[in-house]
Amino acid sequence: MNILVCIKQVPDTESQIKIDSGGKGIQTADIKWVMNPYDEFGVEEALRIKEKTGGKVTVIGVGPQRVVESLRTALAMGADEAIHVDDPAADGGDALATARVLAGSVKDVPFDLIFCGQRAVDDDNAQVGAALSELLQIPLLSVITKVEISDDKAKVKVQRPVEGATWVFEAPLPALITTQKGLNEPRYASLPGIMKAKKKPLSAKKLGDLGLSPDQAGLQGSKLTIKGLTPPPERKAGKIIEGETAQEKGTILVKLLREEAKII
Amino acid sequence: MDFSLTMEQEILRKSVRDFAEKEIKPKARELDEREEFSYETCRAMGELGLFGMFVSEEYAGQGLDYISYIIAVEEIARIDGSHAATIAAGNSLGIGPLYYYGNEEQKRKYLPKLCSGEMLWGFGLTEPNAGSDAGNTQTQAVLDGNEWVINGSKIFITNASTDITAGVTVLARTGIREAGKKELSCILVETGTRGFEARPMHGKLMWRASNTSELYFDDCRVPEDNRLGPQGEGFHQMLGTLDGGRLSIGAMGLGGAQGCFEMARRYATQRVQFGKPIASFQVNSFKLADMAMEIELARLLLYKACWLRDNHKPYAKEAAMAKLYCSEVMYRCANHAVQLHGGYGLMKEYDVERFYRDQKLLEIGEGTSEIQRLVISRLIGVI
Repeated sequence: MNILVCIKQVPDTESQIKIDSGGKGIQTADIKWVMNPYDEFGVEEALRIKEKTGGKVTVIGVGPQRVVESLRTALAMGADEAIHVDDPAADGGDALATARVLAGSVKDVPFDLIFCGQRAVDDDNAQVGAALSELLQIPLLSVITKVEISDDKAKVKVQRPVEGATWVFEAPLPALITTQKGLNEPRYASLPGIMKAKKKPLSAKKLGDLGLSPDQAGLQGSKLTIKGLTPPPERKAGKIIEGETAQEKGTILVKLLREEAKII
Repeated sequence: MDFSLTMEQEILRKSVRDFAEKEIKPKARELDEREEFSYETCRAMGELGLFGMFVSEEYAGQGLDYISYIIAVEEIARIDGSHAATIAAGNSLGIGPLYYYGNEEQKRKYLPKLCSGEMLWGFGLTEPNAGSDAGNTQTQAVLDGNEWVINGSKIFITNASTDITAGVTVLARTGIREAGKKELSCILVETGTRGFEARPMHGKLMWRASNTSELYFDDCRVPEDNRLGPQGEGFHQMLGTLDGGRLSIGAMGLGGAQGCFEMARRYATQRVQFGKPIASFQVNSFKLADMAMEIELARLLLYKACWLRDNHKPYAKEAAMAKLYCSEVMYRCANHAVQLHGGYGLMKEYDVERFYRDQKLLEIGEGTSEIQRLVISRLIGVI
């Protein structure tokens, strides 16, 4: 099976996020960049399927030079090839523009299955996978926690958790799956894997190579524009109830809930 | 000058960091408490590729440079000293001498299993009466026909008495030189050889989840071919091994100091007294500023020493300096970190307590701080 995994590089969740002076983006100088955790689930699942059925795993990333580190990490985990769309005109697009770039980058690549993270942890947009499946005209199976390939490799059966239940879907291949937490526990890039990854093929593409013009991709090709970013409101300090006995504290608590919080 | 690490080194750091946080951190406190060596985490470290990092792929190693090895030790030490000790001793002292001084047959026989982490190997240098004065080794090996007969004992030997220890390299007297000086050679002794016993040592202050042993040799016979390299080269082999080993102890100091700093910063920015986080008091922020500065200096010195080694330049002086400085930086960082934690820092419930104990070894093991100052004094030509 030929499996593709789309990878977005996002700020490490431990990074301190600060809004830049323009008010529409974040300061990137001190940020550590990592592979979107949901995309890691995709890489891991693709590798597990490959280990079982044979085939090839190709990872795709769009963005500046730093994105190569995330692609190499996926290669170190065990992916076979990487495609890097390294073109400023492809960066910063909305979900649809980004999906167009991804669709363009796989136009000459055979595939049976595509994985995307169900969302990226930076902008929480959760639409690229859906848009890509639409552009490629293949079934979309979103927010998935279990993947089973049929013995004849013609179909995929998946599970999606919903409130109190599990939905089971089946679709013919090729199909696109967006991954949810719980799908698997991604492996670490082993040290021998890191060394092997150095020699694996990584091809850099420009928009022209994908058959796209600048007005179809990146900022220029986007229908959404960011008007502004604001930090979440600061949490007010908590209140510790002082009192000699539990009874006394309880009385004060009830009084505060009634008179100050006004919830009882 | 270029201070940036390669992309591979950055990926390695992140991978080892994730591994240490997810696989070692949840178990470290309990293993320390029970004074237990974990075969499970040891196997996982082997699978990640943490053994045989600088060994060429020909002998099933990872073929990485020394700086990559040091980064890996640093990242494990940031989470737990015992596990870092298993890795540092496994590579520098167990695998190192076999790889650098072993003959083809010895390398083929032992290295693949050691590099996968399936087996461990010890380095028997220190004796009850020969610590800093390693040249005064009492353990003796006498050639009888085509066998060495070994008698004597060793102490404080890491990784030598686990269930997966395949053997040890033993430094022994093999004769007297013309000027009456002892001739020392290294000899390989496999676990299970008659007359050889490795006994685990318990009741340790630090590194409680690493394996430490006493070795006893009582008319222990091994083939003459078990000699490592030429006869009489033992002392030089030991010095060479320790030069490299010092870098890994330095990495333990650096990683441990980093761990202490992060715990201290987190606690001091959250702990509120007099209505403010205690980090906002200058007396405390200055402690954290000093820690951050010294860790930066320690990292520059240690990485430079590794760079010298990777570029085949003399590095003995810088290795001794890095070992000494990183150990002492961790001493100060552990001390500040416990102080910032106040009463809680004295409790086993907080990891910083373990770091405070684990630090002490670094000023004693693989050459005390006093011996490092002696080595540096010699290398700057003042004694």
